[in-house]
Amino acid sequence: MAKFKMHMLVCGGTGCRASASDMLYENLVKEVKENGLEDEVQVVTTGCFGFCEKGPIVKVIPDNTFYVSVEPGDAKDIIAEHAIKGRRVQRLLYVDPTNKEQIADSKGMGFYKKQIRIALRNCGMIDPENIEEYLAADGYEALGKVLTEMTPDEAIQEMIDSGLRGRGGGGFPTGVKWKLAAKEKADQKYVVCNADEGDPGAFMDRSILEGDPHTVLEAMVINGYCIGASKGLVYIRAEYPLAIYRLKIAIEQAREYGLLGNDILGTGFSFDVEIRYGAGAFVCGEETALIHSMEGERGEPTFKPPFPAQSGYLGKPTNVNNVETFANIPVIYNKGAKWFASIGTEKSTGTKVFALAGKINNVGLIEVPMGITLREVIFEVGGGIKDGKKFKAVQTGGPSGGCLTEKHLDTPIDFDNLLAVGSMMGSGGMIVMDEDDCMVAVAKFYLDFTVEESCGKCSPCRIGNKRLYELLDKITKGQADKEDMDNLRNLSYVIRDTSLCGLGQTSPNPVLSTMDNFLDEYMAHIEEGRCPSGVCKDLIRYEVIPENCVGCTACARNCPVNCIAGERKQLHIIDQALCIKCGACLEKCKFNAIAII
Amino acid sequence: MTKIKSLADLKKLKGDLQSKIALREKSDTPEGRVIVKVAMSTCGIASGAKDVMEYMIDEFEKRSIDAIVTQTGCIGYCYAEPTVEITLPGNEPVVYGYVDTRKADEIIEKYIKNQELVDGILPVNYQTIEKDKEE
Repeated sequence: MAKFKMHMLVCGGTGCRASASDMLYENLVKEVKENGLEDEVQVVTTGCFGFCEKGPIVKVIPDNTFYVSVEPGDAKDIIAEHAIKGRRVQRLLYVDPTNKEQIADSKGMGFYKKQIRIALRNCGMIDPENIEEYLAADGYEALGKVLTEMTPDEAIQEMIDSGLRGRGGGGFPTGVKWKLAAKEKADQKYVVCNADEGDPGAFMDRSILEGDPHTVLEAMVINGYCIGASKGLVYIRAEYPLAIYRLKIAIEQAREYGLLGNDILGTGFSFDVEIRYGAGAFVCGEETALIHSMEGERGEPTFKPPFPAQSGYLGKPTNVNNVETFANIPVIYNKGAKWFASIGTEKSTGTKVFALAGKINNVGLIEVPMGITLREVIFEVGGGIKDGKKFKAVQTGGPSGGCLTEKHLDTPIDFDNLLAVGSMMGSGGMIVMDEDDCMVAVAKFYLDFTVEESCGKCSPCRIGNKRLYELLDKITKGQADKEDMDNLRNLSYVIRDTSLCGLGQTSPNPVLSTMDNFLDEYMAHIEEGRCPSGVCKDLIRYEVIPENCVGCTACARNCPVNCIAGERKQLHIIDQALCIKCGACLEKCKFNAIAII
Repeated sequence: MTKIKSLADLKKLKGDLQSKIALREKSDTPEGRVIVKVAMSTCGIASGAKDVMEYMIDEFEKRSIDAIVTQTGCIGYCYAEPTVEITLPGNEPVVYGYVDTRKADEIIEKYIKNQELVDGILPVNYQTIEKDKEE
């Protein structure tokens, strides 16, 4: 066997592949071959490194060099310089946005300094399509330990002791959930992995399945042993083709190695996993709706109880856990519940994966210990706000969460604290907003999503959210009065209190939290007919500033509706009646001669 | 592939496979490990740095020493190639010159195992930029 002195890990996550990382991989392999380095340099496709902002990523081992924004054409230089001469390719190194210094080693990057990677431990480390690399990284060892050394009750107790709470949003203690399902007597039980990730901007489950599918399978088998189930189902949305592809490979390989199927590891325990596809309905992330969808029914939630643990898939006891929850489980058995509970806060142990997005420098996937503050996440891991703008708000928990502001920045993040300040953990989407974002428009955006995704079963959600959206629309158009503010609040309470499932119960959160934290913005829209951030099209107009305009015609040439008049070297004028407020003129003007008024 | 039939089988297989990613795991936690940098510039390679590097990698494994061997560019001591920089945990880096496989063996046995300095240390005649900054 070739003994490699150097490993080149190429990110094969969806984000980096979209920027041609697969071609980069091929080029690297080609260059390695042409230089006769096949026995020295190993090129590996791995899962997501998390630093999606600067993809594609290539990490060179053993010197930990972290190359960013690598293009397929850079393969030649990397091999010629780094692999042969041992010199780092300077132009591909990461440059710290704050002090403009080049950082070669990923350990020196602010992005990684505060992270603890448990669920993402193998992402960016191993080849997800090769079970041997997973086995080498302690893979399936937890399964072996549980099957041979522990009774189901002991294994469940370990899970309870670890304090692990469901990472899908609700935060229900995983061990307790398992205990409920284990208690039921039935001829058949099911383990379901919820991979129906629907929050806008969230992609942690996808990345785990793409980067380390075996960890999810291993945890599902352990789960099956604990509750007495012999069948596992992964409910995944069809929009995740790469995750599905890699999951299928993983299932095949695990069967081949006897880690799925009959008589696993000679213990007599049998378990197998199948995949079920979802069509991408947000509501199907709710466990009862998910189960109905798997049964071929409409994806609509039903009242609990009975809980899925009592009567779930096909009426049998079913345990549903989220992908990220499962990804934590093998490590808990390998390192012990005590170790896991020592990370994070008392009531929220361990870590949480967040998808950082929005107006932030380091867009990407991060895993941080519970109890870290929003300030650390946004300004240290996230590298601060883009273009030196001012931080305004951060939205956690997707359409079900709320907007938090400056005053919440030092709140330690955990399940209970976020609820207390009017947001929620959710599945881990974190969208950062700056001074240019209008909070009324943000609330409207989320309501638009909820209206679209409401399944329509119960009236408060189906009709109420639509009315909420209309009220917000009225405000953004400057047609609302003060009474509408009262209606907005009252209606929000009604929807929250009377909806059947989590979708409706949480959908007014973006409205309520923005009303609480940004009342002045709402009032500016209503009382002054003004959008302070200059976002709401009906309340703004673009004007030429005569002192600054030099008559370069750049705006007029780029106006899609030809509403800017003016000859070369003469003052330009925007025809307000025709203007569609697209902002193209503002973008093109080099002389600051266009203003939003 | 035959099926894994017991936990013992699984552990054995893991032992066989571990070397596949050991390098990645090691370089993720360089603290507490011996770090060896072999200068692999043109002059270094011409003087046999490649053989030295391969030799050291093999020997570290044979003698079960927890070390990370990486290559680096020219360190500047072209007269003394091949040159090897060795950093023991908690120590300042030491650069050895004129390292062939025999010298490498001596360095491993004496310096790396017992922290006994060996002949052939090149004097540090430069300061790094970082050091200047700290002062």
